[in-house]
Amino acid sequence: MQSLDFEKPVTDLEAKIEELRHLSDGGPMNIAGEIGKLQDKVKRQLQALYGKLTPAQKVQVARHADRPHCLDYIQGGLIEDFTPLAGDRAFAEDQAIIGGLGRFRGQPCVVIGQERGNDTESRIRHNFGMAKPEGYRKAQRLMHLADRFGLPIVTLVDTAGAFPGVEAEARGQAEAIARSVEVCLQVGVPLIVTIIGEGGSGGAIALAAGDRVLMLEHAIYSVISPEGCASILWRSASHAAEAAAALRLTAQDLLQLGIIDRIIPEPLGGAQRAPQDMIARVGDAIASALNDVSGLDKKALLAARHEKFLGMGKKGLA
Amino acid sequence: MSWLTNLVRPKIRGLVGEKKDMPDNLWEKCPGCSAMLFKRELEDNLNVCRACGHHLKLDPVKRLGSLFDGGAYRLVEVPKVPQDPLKFRDQKRYADRLKDAQNKSKRQDAIVVGEGSVGGVKTVIAVFDFGFMGGSMGMGVGEAIVTAARRAVASKSALVVLPASGGARMQEGALSLMQMPRTIIAANQVKTAGLPFIVVLTDPTTGGVTASFAMVGDIHIAERGAQIGFAGARVIESTIRETLPPGFQRAEYLRDHGMIDIVVTRHELPETLGRILRFLRKEKAPRRDQGPFLTGPVPHGAKAKG
Repeated sequence: MQSLDFEKPVTDLEAKIEELRHLSDGGPMNIAGEIGKLQDKVKRQLQALYGKLTPAQKVQVARHADRPHCLDYIQGGLIEDFTPLAGDRAFAEDQAIIGGLGRFRGQPCVVIGQERGNDTESRIRHNFGMAKPEGYRKAQRLMHLADRFGLPIVTLVDTAGAFPGVEAEARGQAEAIARSVEVCLQVGVPLIVTIIGEGGSGGAIALAAGDRVLMLEHAIYSVISPEGCASILWRSASHAAEAAAALRLTAQDLLQLGIIDRIIPEPLGGAQRAPQDMIARVGDAIASALNDVSGLDKKALLAARHEKFLGMGKKGLA
Repeated sequence: MSWLTNLVRPKIRGLVGEKKDMPDNLWEKCPGCSAMLFKRELEDNLNVCRACGHHLKLDPVKRLGSLFDGGAYRLVEVPKVPQDPLKFRDQKRYADRLKDAQNKSKRQDAIVVGEGSVGGVKTVIAVFDFGFMGGSMGMGVGEAIVTAARRAVASKSALVVLPASGGARMQEGALSLMQMPRTIIAANQVKTAGLPFIVVLTDPTTGGVTASFAMVGDIHIAERGAQIGFAGARVIESTIRETLPPGFQRAEYLRDHGMIDIVVTRHELPETLGRILRFLRKEKAPRRDQGPFLTGPVPHGAKAKG
């Protein structure tokens, strides 16, 4: 597992446990008690560390390579019978955005999300989760499909941002994102958003203008990356930690600002330490959010969604 | 106070209200051709260089005067929003940056909204002020667009927005990101009411402004040469290590790639807007002998090319 610098006390202990296990393989030594003690210590360390992560540490956790990504959720039990659908019907298929039909706890739905990939080969295939216009146009197409058949939409947001490249600009990256936000705001079916890792700016909001916005405990959601913000306002990316704090990009801050609706607690030591547990927790939260809005007809749903965003910034501010 | 404030006639106010230029302020160098331009002449020509036709940035109040029939309009008051909601501080406090910008510009935020008529069609116009923190869009700017849209719907007017912006105002964090859905909802309220929503992209329009209301207009017009895009050119060059093609992210490039309907010169804009608004609102064409509702200065400089 990728280890983060601030976790060093924990990784040291874990290495020690591994070592002891190795030793005990060879002989009749009874070291279960010793291992148990060390494991308790690991638990206490994790509680202490993860109970008070700084914003900059949360940025690291949110981007952790072993954190469950979009496809891990979809294929790891969140969605049954997932049937991926491809293409924007105009230019290309963009694997940075995964989308398709499936069942969420038995109910047919459309699921859409950014996929960052888990190894070099898949990261390249998914362009590190940075979508091009065709990705956002595929998302729009699938949202329209959901609307047409009255299927709820579940989105899983995890992207550093939209892809910044010449071709993306030439094909209208700005228009694709704007239209994607617009479609989110127009579909007359429940749209439940979960920010599972990094909610990076326009590339994230393209899939995040929904009825309920849920966010994992250590996920981040920001108008600009801390590195980008620091390089503009501090004139050096080395001030990223200060920028991370100033931007108020943590789930706890965003709940207070009224930008998200609910925080989904992560297992001890972050989603990366217990992906299956995390997937189950996300499922429960989505089910509860869907239940919240299930009584609304199309008109009421859209009116509430619009009011939700129009009202942002009017409450929760000092 | 009502949303209606005093009737503004910019030309008259200009005569009585403005201080005389200091001598070192008399000349300005054209960023296009480096010619030294006599400032008063440049202003009389809507900040278009007479030598090369380059469009320099234009003050939003002058812009409103140049677009509304007879230069007459009423300012639309925008509700106040919380200032510095995050208590953001980089090398300097955002609260101080904001106050400086407010004192310098004598306006609340990076946008001005007016209403009047364009080509005889009732219209609300919102103009960004790039001079105010790079025209960045935070809660104040978002609220102005929401207000302009509501005003347009209430008075059955068209809505025209002229962005000039570096993007979202990062000192307001995710609250500025939320102005993307907010302004798109506003634009859709105008469109749903059957009223025209026209975007006139001016130099520069980038980031979260381009990727929101600015790209969902019924018609997209751009001023010649304006830089328009999502990612900044430097970001693209540094992360992708691609060389940028000539004319990349310019108005003409976006038109050629299908994102913009029409590229105009600044002097063509009032007539073009008026003509389009009259089509969409099914108004009669103006009588030829009367000319269009052109009241702005006589055009100078080159026509749109390319």
